Amino acid sequence: MHAIYEIVSGPMVWLAAIIFILGSLYRLIFMGRLAAKKDPMVFSYLSVYYSLRSIFHWIIPFASVNMRKHPIMTVVAFAFHICLFAVPIFLCAHIILINEAWQVKWWYLPNPIADVMTLIVIGACIFFLGRRLLLREVRYLTTFSDFLILAGVAAPFVTGFWSYHQYPGHETAAILHIISGEIILVMIPFTRLSHMLFFPFLRGYAGSEFGAVRNAVDW
Amino acid sequence: MKTPAEATDEQIIDRGIEDGAAKLTQDKVKRVVQKMLAAEGGARLKTYIETCAHCGLCSEACHFYISNDKDPAYSPAGKIKQTIGEIVKKRGNVSVDFIKTACEISFTECNLCRRCVMYCPFGIDAAYMMLFMRRICHKLGVVPQYIQDTAHSHSATLNQMWVKEDEWIDTLHWQEEEARDEIPGLRIPIEKEGADIFYSVIGPEPKFRAQLIYQAAVIMHAAGVDWTMPATPGWDNSDMCMYTGDVEMMARLKKVHFETAMRLKTKRIVMGECGHAFRSVHDVGNRYLGWKMAPLPVIHAIEFFYELLRDRKIRIKKKFQKPVTFHDPCNIVRGRGLHEKARYVIHQTCKAFIEMHPNREHNYCCSAGGGVINCGPPFRKKRVTGNRVKADQLEAVKAKGAEIVIAPCHNCHGGLEDIIKHYELGMELKFLGDIIYECMEKE
Ligand code: SF4
Ligand code: SF4
Repeated sequence: MHAIYEIVSGPMVWLAAIIFILGSLYRLIFMGRLAAKKDPMVFSYLSVYYSLRSIFHWIIPFASVNMRKHPIMTVVAFAFHICLFAVPIFLCAHIILINEAWQVKWWYLPNPIADVMTLIVIGACIFFLGRRLLLREVRYLTTFSDFLILAGVAAPFVTGFWSYHQYPGHETAAILHIISGEIILVMIPFTRLSHMLFFPFLRGYAGSEFGAVRNAVDW
Repeated sequence: MKTPAEATDEQIIDRGIEDGAAKLTQDKVKRVVQKMLAAEGGARLKTYIETCAHCGLCSEACHFYISNDKDPAYSPAGKIKQTIGEIVKKRGNVSVDFIKTACEISFTECNLCRRCVMYCPFGIDAAYMMLFMRRICHKLGVVPQYIQDTAHSHSATLNQMWVKEDEWIDTLHWQEEEARDEIPGLRIPIEKEGADIFYSVIGPEPKFRAQLIYQAAVIMHAAGVDWTMPATPGWDNSDMCMYTGDVEMMARLKKVHFETAMRLKTKRIVMGECGHAFRSVHDVGNRYLGWKMAPLPVIHAIEFFYELLRDRKIRIKKKFQKPVTFHDPCNIVRGRGLHEKARYVIHQTCKAFIEMHPNREHNYCCSAGGGVINCGPPFRKKRVTGNRVKADQLEAVKAKGAEIVIAPCHNCHGGLEDIIKHYELGMELKFLGDIIYECMEKE
C-alpha cells in the first residue's frame, strides 16, 4: 500500500501536472494557429472591450436572460464551479503537502467549510446526472462520454471526502483520491472539460461579433 | 425521436433534395465532406463541437423547439448533433439518406437567427454550424429546389427574381410616372453620378411590390434627398446564395452591389426594408471579399428614416391612428442593434405603440428568415407550425389592443403573413415606409 501511495503521490502527480499544463498549452496554441489559418477573421473582429463585456456578463450569476430563466441550474452551476476550483486549491491538507515539498503556503479554507463545499460538488454532480437522465432536451444530447466525465469529476471529491472522514477503507480511498485527481487533470485538455480552456475565447468572440459588428448585446 | 418528415405527419418530397441525392453515392459523400472539412473546417467548427457541454441550455432559445412541443430534435444543439456533429464524428462516412435529412434540417428547421447564441453559456453559434452543413449540401448538389432556383437567378441575372435589365428600368420609369400623378415634380434619378445616396432594394420589390419603390421615391422627394438607383445589375442587394452555402456566388453578388455604388461615386448605400440583405452586405459578404467592414457606409432603411425624422427632413401631418406593435427582425436587431432607432421612428409616426414580448434582441424570429421561406411550398406547413410561439406572441399583443404589426423586413412580412393567416390572427402587416408614406407631408 505504501509503495503505491509513494508512486501516485510522487511521480504521478508530476506527470499529471505536466500533461495538464503542456496539454492545455498545446490545445490553445493549436486552436489559435488553426484559427489564424482557417478562420483569420476571428482575430480581425476580436475586440478586447466587447470580449470582456460578454465574459463578465456570463461569469456573474443571473446577469444573462437565460440564467434568470433557469434559476436552480444557475445557482447549482455557479456553486459547483466555484467549489470545484476553490476546494482543491485552498484545502488545508493540500497546502500542507505542498508546503512539505516546496515550503510555500497560502491561505486555506477552514476544514468544515471545505467539507461542505465538497458536498456541494458531489450534490451538483448528482443534480447534473439527474438533468442528463430526466430532462428530455439534455438526455437527447447526452453521450456515454458525458457520464464518464461526470463520474471523473465527482470521483476525487467522493474519495477525498471518504478519506478525510476516515471511513472504513480510507487508505484505499486516499490512493483512489489521488489517482482520480490526476486523471481529471489529464482529462481537462483532451475532453469536453476543455470548455474550461475555451470558454473565454468563445465567449469573447461571440461578444465581439455581437458588440462591435452588430451593435447588440449577447446575454 | 422524429425524423424531419414526421414533423408534419407527411412525407415532404423536394425535387432538389431527391434529384441531387439520386446522383450521390456514400463514397462520393465521404470524399466531398472530407475535402470540405480539410479546406474550411477550422477552429470555429472544432471548438464549437468539442466545447459544447451537452447541457441543453440553448433549447429554449429556439422557436422551433418551443413550438414543436419541446421536441429535443429541434433544439439548436440537437440539430447540430443530427447534422454537422455526426458528420465530423464519422469523418464524412455517412449515408446519402443522412445527407438528405441533414439538408432538410439545416435548410428548413433553422432560420440562422442566432437567438441561441445569446442563450448558450459559451456563445456557440448554431447558425454557423447550420450554414456549414448547408455548404456541404451545396457542394454535394443537394439543395431544396426553390431556394436553388433563386440562387440560379442570382448567378444568371445578379438579382433574385429573374428580372431582366430592361424590366428593371421599366419598373423605375413606371413607378416614377405613377408617382408624378400624385407629386408632379418627383423623379426617380437613375444613374446619377455623385449622388449622396445609392438606394438599393431586393429583387422582389420590382417584381411584386413596386409600390414600395414608389413610396421610397415620395419619401426621398419630400426630404429633398440627393439619391439615385442604377440602371445596371447591382441594384439588387438580396442574397440567397449566402443561405445556400454558395459563398463564391454570394461574394460576387456583393462585389457587384458595392462596385455599382462606387461606379456612381455615391457617398453611401441606403438599403430598403430587408433584413437578410442587410446581413449579407453589412456582415457576411464584405468578409468574403476581404473587407472588414463594407467599403462605403451602408445603412438600413430604419436608420435612414430615423435620420430623416430626427433632422426634421420629413414632417408628419397626422400620426398613424391604429395601435401598432413592432416585430424586431433578427438581422437588423440582433444583427445591427437598430431596435431603439426603429422605436424612435414609430413614436414619431404612430399614436399608440404596444410592445410584444419578448422583444429587441430577444424577439422570436418570424421563421421565414435564413432562406427557410425561400425553400418554398413543400416546407410551408412545417415552417408555420414550427413557429406557434410567434402566433402566441402576436395573440398576446393583439389582446392588448395592437391591430397592426410593423416589420421592417421583407422576409418577416412573408413569414408573419403566413402565421397570421394560419392562426387566424386577423392582424395587418406594414413596413415602416408604409406608415411614413401614409402620415407624412408630401410636398
Ligand atoms: S432557428 Fe435560431 S434559435 Fe433556432 S437553432 Fe437556428 S439560429 Fe438557433
Ligand atoms: S447551450 Fe451551448 S453548450 Fe449547452 S448544449 Fe447548447 S450549444 Fe451546447
